[in-house]
Amino acid sequence: MLRLVDLRVKYGNIEVLHGIRLTVKPGEIVTILGANGAGKSTTLLTISGLVKPSGGAVTLDETPLHKLPPHEIVRRGVAHVPEGRRIFGTLTVQENLNLGAFTRSDTGQISKTREWIYELFPILAERRRQLAGTLSGGEQQMLAIGRGLMSRPRILLLDEPSLGLAPLLVKTIFETIKTINASGVTVVLVEQNARAALKLAHRGYVMELGRIALEDDAAKLLANPDVQKAYLGGGAA
Amino acid sequence: MEEFFQQLTNGLAVGGIYALIALGYTMVYGVLKLINFAHGDLFTIGSYLGLTLLTSLFLSDRLGPGAGIVVLALMVMGLVALVGALLERVAYRPLRHSPRLSAVVSALGASIFFSNTLMLIYGARFQVYPQGILPKTAIDLFGLYVPLVRVLILGASVVMMIALYAFIQKTKIGTAIRAAAIDQDAARLMGIDVNRVILMVFLIGPALGGAAGLMVGLHYGQINFTMGWVYGLKAFTAAILGGIGNIPGAMVGGILLGVIEALGAAYLSIAWKDAIAFGVLIFILIVRPTGLLGERVAEKV
Ligand SMILES: Nc1ncnc2c1ncn2[C@@H]1O[C@H](COP(=O)(O)OP(=O)(O)O)[C@@H](O)[C@H]1O
Ligand SMILES: [Mg+2]
Repeated sequence: MLRLVDLRVKYGNIEVLHGIRLTVKPGEIVTILGANGAGKSTTLLTISGLVKPSGGAVTLDETPLHKLPPHEIVRRGVAHVPEGRRIFGTLTVQENLNLGAFTRSDTGQISKTREWIYELFPILAERRRQLAGTLSGGEQQMLAIGRGLMSRPRILLLDEPSLGLAPLLVKTIFETIKTINASGVTVVLVEQNARAALKLAHRGYVMELGRIALEDDAAKLLANPDVQKAYLGGGAA
Repeated sequence: MEEFFQQLTNGLAVGGIYALIALGYTMVYGVLKLINFAHGDLFTIGSYLGLTLLTSLFLSDRLGPGAGIVVLALMVMGLVALVGALLERVAYRPLRHSPRLSAVVSALGASIFFSNTLMLIYGARFQVYPQGILPKTAIDLFGLYVPLVRVLILGASVVMMIALYAFIQKTKIGTAIRAAAIDQDAARLMGIDVNRVILMVFLIGPALGGAAGLMVGLHYGQINFTMGWVYGLKAFTAAILGGIGNIPGAMVGGILLGVIEALGAAYLSIAWKDAIAFGVLIFILIVRPTGLLGERVAEKV
């Protein structure tokens, strides 16, 4: 179980998260919705350790993650697929994937994971020797997700995986997230595409200006008139 | 023909030395986007350590000339690597999150500290390497005679460059170094300890620079505490020539610079040697601002 307790984060002197409380149970897909600048990415960055909180705690089971450096957090089973993908453009697709498995040393098992990722995203197998920077946006997103899975995480943090992708690709990515979750990986999904995210997720949080404004089952958030008005394009959907 | 061949092999040997030093600049720049201005002094430290070890341990007498020189080189490389790691720890790591200019000032300070320390220990005058460490023979290459030292220097630098290239391209840690050079935070998210990558770079670069210092001592026979400045500048030029941050680029840039300089000095004018080197640099940068092997693929699309 991943827990954020009264999490506060500052950039310089400016506090941008004002006491976030959030839990993710094993096996769940939890989505975090919210307008630009609400603090969604900062929340994920604090879980994966790239940003350190000024108060509160991030715990995974009993381990306080916020006291660990990012590379140790990966070893505890948390993989973060960051906003904007951040693939290594001048390395090949396969090198990118292998880097995802940096914390592992079981060579045989690593190649099994890689084969699984090539099954999830067959286009990556075709392009395995290509430089990652030459891939299309959608392919880069697939690579970023695949690279995240290479560490065999218990929890996968996805920051706006559908950003800038054509609708058909978005559908593919969301279906794959479902498959990944079905294989036993817990997913935390930050999305602008609120409707698709709520349809996929079990539970959801709505963030506003660095606070959690709402928390509920995904189905209930989908039916919530306030959520519909603010995030689902208004009216009864 | 004979003259050309002599100048060519000489240029290749000097180019190998430039390349080894250039690798230190380019690797540090790759990961930290910092020019390690003290790198030239690490090179000088290598040649002084080589001198001290040569005159105190008599390795060639004990182990024979072949094994003696190899053990000597390994000791010099190991010691300079330690100095490099210490430099990172003391002068650069505390400034990792400070404005870039602070690290530049710290680098210049470290450079002054090193060269002055060498002067205080060894004196300001030229120091002479003992004679006869390597036999003064020449090797017969297709009827042309090339001094053994030259062949050994070129051979050793090529072997080290191939080993480094294989390490960077083929091993897990090598790939982690390349990843950290592209995007440190993304590398952290892969579980890479970037501090260890940086330490690694500050071990490898200085080790190669130290080896180059030893080579200069063996090749030219005399060394001085200020020589890191000129060699550093040339090697830095070579790194830019090849595309700073690019490892094969530093190798190609170093060799090319050595050859161009040697041929330019022989056929144009020795007085123009440095001008030719920097002229080539300016020309390449106008035609290809990223250097010869600078990034060809966008890192982010
Ligand atoms: N590196 C940073 N330095 C300073 N402020 C930042 C930084 N990153 C984000 N912010 C600010 O923090 C707030 C939350 O940003 P972010 O977490 O990226 O929101 P979201 O992902 O929901 O769009 C915004 O006001 C943003 O401007
Ligand atoms: Mg964001």
